[in-house]
Amino acid sequence: MAGSNPNAKPMNLTLKVWRQKNRNTNGQIVDYQVRDISPDMSFLEMLDVLNEDLLRKGDEPVAFDHDCREGICGSCNLFINGRAHGPEAGTTTCQLHMRKFSDGDTITIEPWRANAFPVNKDLSVDRSAFDRIIQAGGYVSVNTGGAPDGNEIPIPKEIADRAFEAATCIACGACVASCKNSSAMLFVSAKVSQLALLPQGNVERKTRVENMVAQMDKEGFGACSNIGSCAAECPVGISLENIAILNREFLSAKATSNNLA
Amino acid sequence: MFQDSKIPEGPLTEKWEKHKFNVKLVNPANKRKYDIIVVGTGLAGGAAAASLAELGYNVKAFTYHDSPRRAHSIAAQGGINAAKNYQNDGDSVFRLFYDTVKGGDYRAREANVYRLAQVSVNIIDQCVAQGVPFAREYGGLLANRSFGGAQVSRTFYARGQTGQQLLLGAYSALSRQIAYGKVKMYTRSEMLDLVIVDGKARGIITRNLITGEIEQHAAHAVVLATGGYGNVFYLSTNAKYCNATAAWRAHKKGAYFANPCFTQIHPTCIPVSGDYQSKLTLMSESLRNDGRVWVPKTVELAERLRKGEVKVTDIGEEDRDYFLERKYPAFGNLVPRDVASRNAKQMCDEGRGVGSSGLAVYLDFADIIKRTGAESVSQKYGNLFAMYDKITGEDPYKQPMRIYPAVHYTMGGLWVDYNLQTTVPGLYATGECNFSDHGANRLGASALMQGLADGYFVLPYTIGDQLAQTPPTPVTTQHPAFAEAEAQVRARIDKLMSINGTRTPDDFHKHLGHIMWEYCGMARSAEGLRHAKAEIQKLRREFWSDLKLAGTEGEMNQALEKAGRVADFLELGELMIDDAYNRNESCGGHFREEFQTPEGEALRDDENYAYVAAWQFNGEDQPEILNKEELTFENVKLTQRSYK
Repeated sequence: MAGSNPNAKPMNLTLKVWRQKNRNTNGQIVDYQVRDISPDMSFLEMLDVLNEDLLRKGDEPVAFDHDCREGICGSCNLFINGRAHGPEAGTTTCQLHMRKFSDGDTITIEPWRANAFPVNKDLSVDRSAFDRIIQAGGYVSVNTGGAPDGNEIPIPKEIADRAFEAATCIACGACVASCKNSSAMLFVSAKVSQLALLPQGNVERKTRVENMVAQMDKEGFGACSNIGSCAAECPVGISLENIAILNREFLSAKATSNNLA
Repeated sequence: MFQDSKIPEGPLTEKWEKHKFNVKLVNPANKRKYDIIVVGTGLAGGAAAASLAELGYNVKAFTYHDSPRRAHSIAAQGGINAAKNYQNDGDSVFRLFYDTVKGGDYRAREANVYRLAQVSVNIIDQCVAQGVPFAREYGGLLANRSFGGAQVSRTFYARGQTGQQLLLGAYSALSRQIAYGKVKMYTRSEMLDLVIVDGKARGIITRNLITGEIEQHAAHAVVLATGGYGNVFYLSTNAKYCNATAAWRAHKKGAYFANPCFTQIHPTCIPVSGDYQSKLTLMSESLRNDGRVWVPKTVELAERLRKGEVKVTDIGEEDRDYFLERKYPAFGNLVPRDVASRNAKQMCDEGRGVGSSGLAVYLDFADIIKRTGAESVSQKYGNLFAMYDKITGEDPYKQPMRIYPAVHYTMGGLWVDYNLQTTVPGLYATGECNFSDHGANRLGASALMQGLADGYFVLPYTIGDQLAQTPPTPVTTQHPAFAEAEAQVRARIDKLMSINGTRTPDDFHKHLGHIMWEYCGMARSAEGLRHAKAEIQKLRREFWSDLKLAGTEGEMNQALEKAGRVADFLELGELMIDDAYNRNESCGGHFREEFQTPEGEALRDDENYAYVAAWQFNGEDQPEILNKEELTFENVKLTQRSYK
């Protein structure tokens, strides 16, 4: 095969996988063995191998979320050996490859753990809280049509680049899963920063941050204690600076607006 | 003409303006009396749902994802075309129209494509207003780059993540309407059938993917924005969940399926590494702006490379064949996708392929890195280079990428008229789900353009025409057609669950993919297609007698979801083969080995095949009926495409 590493030896691994029937039942760790895993496989392809084995035996495959397998859709969300998306920095679970593991390893695979992310089944969790936070204000209120010519809003390249960096958040939830308080501050701050940096976001700047923070609190995410594990584990490198921007935006909104009680 | 395609009369440049005036309007107070179902929340569906809700309609939007932000539009990398001519390099609406019709190898409708080029400029404005962080020049204005099949720079981009940023723009507009209560969002809900009442689309049947509940939903119109069917091939650059079920169910309820054999093979994907491979990853076409495609000049050298006897970085200029630059001096590495893909395959067929399987060619960045420095290259392509490194374990800053063509996009889809309405009244199809704008080959950076054009700027106008003629009386699920459709859905699920054979859905899917890639992929022949048809029929029988599932239907069951999708792929695959067999010409992504020029280029037959093949379902296991929509070209001259 055309793999980059033709001499790499296949691996045998022990998996300790969280199994839970649905959100109303208790779950438990179950052990599985997988054999002949190629180092060129992605982590999810390794799970595909496990699931095909289970299904052929008539057992239920392990449910997990995934889709694009290119690191951009934000669907995949596994807690691997105690770390969100596993051992490789700046990498989603789908982009993690088995060459990062060794023959004979035991790998523990759990779902995101946070009160605001209830488990659907096995490794799949409900992240709709993130959607509700965006619905609370993570947008510029423009209807389709009637927008001015794109070049009528010049934006310095440096500002556009910073806004872009914040906008690359994939809403996977690794920040929440990595935080000891299950805080969603990094996620919320990425959107707040993007729109606070851009002139388009200026009109609704104050109401946006207040409403999004209020929704974040309502969803049951914890407070931020500035440890920074969120940014350290973020697969797309959303910077901790965004949280500073969020705090500044929030305080200045609170100090000057009458938007919320 | 079998069906009125409703192309407005008059000169090309005035058709859309005139049509917008002529379509009937729903008065603002009445809009809230109409319910519209939108299935799929990618660029086309998300944009449509948001725009329709802004107009005042009640929208119910459905996605099988956990959030509307995850649709596969998000993975589009390179950019979005628009005829802004900001670069002063000779672009215009007409040139974008012309490039698209030519790039599509003259198998698209002129009127639709012209409209697409016209509204392309509005899309950029809309997205900028939403806060989409497009790339900018130092002066603060929007930046552009060039893309395959064009000689102007008209592609707007956000680093290598343009699809993500555009989708998040549409998602934000949609989120706003959800917050206002104008869109009711159903996540993790899969459409499993279309409900037709008195000949009109009036609702859908869905399955809740968490609880397994089957639900009925009614509306005055149904919009499908459910993407393409590239996953028929199992391995493609599509996301794993991408499927054709919604479109195929609609087809079986009367919507014609057009040009199913027009599938696009993208030239620059990371090659297959093993049997376990679950999907293929695209390396954006924008890389061909600066990367140079080559293989060793001789078979002997290629063999030594494959065995690891020589290193790629040790091969001198004199031993390299930059075959695209050599064969197509005018367009070089930026020839359209179909041409680039076929040439890569040709090199590998000659034995000059690289990588241990020999199924790859090089995409080399050494020149640009030398010229502008690694830092500047990283600014442009950093995320793509990092992705390549992660997947292959090789560093593209130090050695060329290995690439090979892979299934990427499907130009075919549900037949729609100028209003984007299918042959089922009240049923619309937008984005990749329909067939209308790309002919036999889609140009790079045009998928995002079409999805957003349909969703933001076309459907919101055209859907009113039909609604204005529909009484604003409430629609309910009381009609027996709903119960009937639900019973069919349940019966099918029961059947899948009760087979209890030995083979998994993925096993069947891989088998199907192998047949499709081998016989209906980059090169097709009458003999191969006949063979493939028999193979698929056999595989379909095996599927329905030997499928293995576990668990129950009343819970989250990903294997069951997959099985339903594979069952539909097994039927659609056969129709693709029928269509490829019927089309005795080569055009765009459809290459029939029997029909090529002496130089090996696609040989069209405009006299006999300048038509849209719209297939009509005619009952289970019955041959489908072929309807032809003749294509007339009044504004471009049909020529042999040349990129030399």
